Amino acid sequence: MTDNMQNIYLAIPLAPLLGAIVAGLFGWKIGRTASHVVAIAGVTVAFVLSLIVFKHIVIDNAEAFNGTVYTWMVSNGIHFQIGFLIDKLTAVMLIVVTFVSLMVHIYTIGYMRDDPGYQRFFSYIALFTFSMLMLVMSNNFLQLFFGWEAVGLVSYLLIGFWYTKPTAIYANLKAFLVNRVGDFGFLLGIAAVLMYTGSLDYAEVFNQAPSLTGKTMEIFDGHAWSVLTVTCILLFIGAMGKSAQVPLHVWLPDSMEGPTPISALIHAATMVTAGIFMVARMSPLFELSETALSFVMVIGAITALFMGFLGLVQNDIKRVVAYSTLSQLGYMTVALGASAYAAGIFHLMTHAFFKALLFLGAGSVIIAMHHEQDMRKMGGLRKYMPITWITALIGSLALIGTPGFSGFYSKDAIIVAVRNSELAGSGFAYMAVLIGVFITALYSFRMYFMVFHGKERMDEHTRSHLHECPKVVTVPLILLAIPSVVIGAIYVDQMAFGGFFGAAIHVSDSHAISAEVAHHFHSWWGLIVHSLSDVPVYLAAAGVFVAWFLYMKRPEIPALIQQRFSIVNTILVNKYGFDRFNEIFFAGGSRLLGKFFWQVGDVRLIDGVVVNGSARSIGWFSSVLRHIQTGYLYHYAFVMIIGLLLLLTWVVFR
Amino acid sequence: MITLSDYLLVGAILFCLSLAGIFLNRKNVIILLMSIELMLLAVNINFVAFSVFMQDIAGQVFVFFILTVAAAEAAIGLAILVVLYRSKQSINVDDMDSMKG
Repeated sequence: MTDNMQNIYLAIPLAPLLGAIVAGLFGWKIGRTASHVVAIAGVTVAFVLSLIVFKHIVIDNAEAFNGTVYTWMVSNGIHFQIGFLIDKLTAVMLIVVTFVSLMVHIYTIGYMRDDPGYQRFFSYIALFTFSMLMLVMSNNFLQLFFGWEAVGLVSYLLIGFWYTKPTAIYANLKAFLVNRVGDFGFLLGIAAVLMYTGSLDYAEVFNQAPSLTGKTMEIFDGHAWSVLTVTCILLFIGAMGKSAQVPLHVWLPDSMEGPTPISALIHAATMVTAGIFMVARMSPLFELSETALSFVMVIGAITALFMGFLGLVQNDIKRVVAYSTLSQLGYMTVALGASAYAAGIFHLMTHAFFKALLFLGAGSVIIAMHHEQDMRKMGGLRKYMPITWITALIGSLALIGTPGFSGFYSKDAIIVAVRNSELAGSGFAYMAVLIGVFITALYSFRMYFMVFHGKERMDEHTRSHLHECPKVVTVPLILLAIPSVVIGAIYVDQMAFGGFFGAAIHVSDSHAISAEVAHHFHSWWGLIVHSLSDVPVYLAAAGVFVAWFLYMKRPEIPALIQQRFSIVNTILVNKYGFDRFNEIFFAGGSRLLGKFFWQVGDVRLIDGVVVNGSARSIGWFSSVLRHIQTGYLYHYAFVMIIGLLLLLTWVVFR
Repeated sequence: MITLSDYLLVGAILFCLSLAGIFLNRKNVIILLMSIELMLLAVNINFVAFSVFMQDIAGQVFVFFILTVAAAEAAIGLAILVVLYRSKQSINVDDMDSMKG
């Protein structure tokens, strides 16, 4: 059985890789249909095998697998290996990644139907699935980093998929550079782990971690810092880049330049949650540093609240969903900071389903609107696209945390965890997530009402062509809508409150909030009833009501508010000036620095002094020396004699 | 009694004369050749003087060789001079500065 399982573990990432290679290298030969068949087959195999793994690990409660497949090299006693750690955390991630990926693969057949880069696209997303699986299945830091960079690369390729579009190229460069900043911290964090534990293997590092408590390092003279805090914060900076936390979030909204299936798969459901997954995986480290946890929580709270506000002023349908993704990632991060890793991963899972659903729904609308993304030109689509409408409504309800839907359970678990947290900053975080509930409901239903209800604002030509999308688009929507509704109720007791993840996630006793809360938990039904006597549900309801009032009942009010609070509006439209600041300070600064190096370093020093300067000085020297070469024989003879004389004098009198 | 140093003195004077001839002569290449011959003769005197003084015949053998070589050199030098004159229409030393840098 063990051998069998090991083969399955190996096959899970390799199947999509095979699909990616075939579709990528031979796509031009085997044609469009064969390409998508190959890629989808690879992902389907991975999904089915993931189900088997899930049954084996979670339902049959088998022992977690931790083994090495291949040793790449051994250097100075450090093993660089490729290995798998399959525990319950990995099993959940496997299901999420392969399921959403499979849905997106199928959906892509419809969305990219007319695109000339069809085969290339399938190759990329299959490659992405491979990378992400390598990331979540890894049992050591090196492979984690490999997966981390590989998903970053594919994300870069896919944001710039339409590489003739200048905005897409700008966006993918931006995503790559911002991620580089995060990866820098991540790499330093891994280096710190290696330096203080001498190993890259999770199990060994976590074993040694408690012995690092109280150890300090001096980066600047006279400032002793806790090794664990520095390491954890560095690792978290990596997570901030990948999971788009303030202030490294700027790339995510721009990444919407990529095709919509990518936004659903990479920039909502899977890749951006890699940071959340990583922190949960590192829970034995983070648990040892309260400072790092506070830092994580505050960053998460800022992201959850302030990115939500931005969703209110966006008119591009995909950007609204993008900002809601940012805000939800903030929620997950807050959960991590409150040591409620299980709740964070739970939200990650439910969010993956409903956010992928929302994105694919938005994509469906975009197809129907002939690639028009401005919500001001939509409205009343309910009649034309019933399936998209229903599924988008389900997604929105799940997102805002309507009791009974999956988002409700996960979000509630997070809010409860934050309320019970005693870390520094938890008060602020609690306020942020509470207000965030209202904001989430407001922008979600603002989008929902603007797109599916109200006056039909599109032009006549578009309206006459409006119709529901083909089956390859709607079937994934329906398949994603099902878990969006039910998955929360099924897993809430085990995941959010019970010890679902077992040894995969470590929570120290002083932080064990969810266990405390679990005493009050009876059933998923009881949770719904209980929620009616609590604030978040009413905040969400208020958000929906305000959205309805502003965008359905009195659509003239939003414009008035915008005029009245023009300063606030300007700040929001400019996204708090992060982009501007980065453009002026970092991009402008590095351009200035580059110009300085170019003009002073290159043009003046290297070209001017070293290259041309040496030639010039030799030229000057020889122009002096040439006067000695008169050409007269007697001058040469004279010099010879003088030389001979000097030589003789030296020999005789030495 | 004529001593070794007298012979060497004559040799040195001859050598210095020929050296001065090379440096001071600005007009005629033939004088240059003559100065070089004179230089060789100065060397020959030294050879002969040392040969007698040290009772070693080898020095005088050398002198014969040098004389032969000098004769050959003079012949070749004059031949070059003729060719030079044909191409330059002059044997003036000051005109010959085509090596000037």
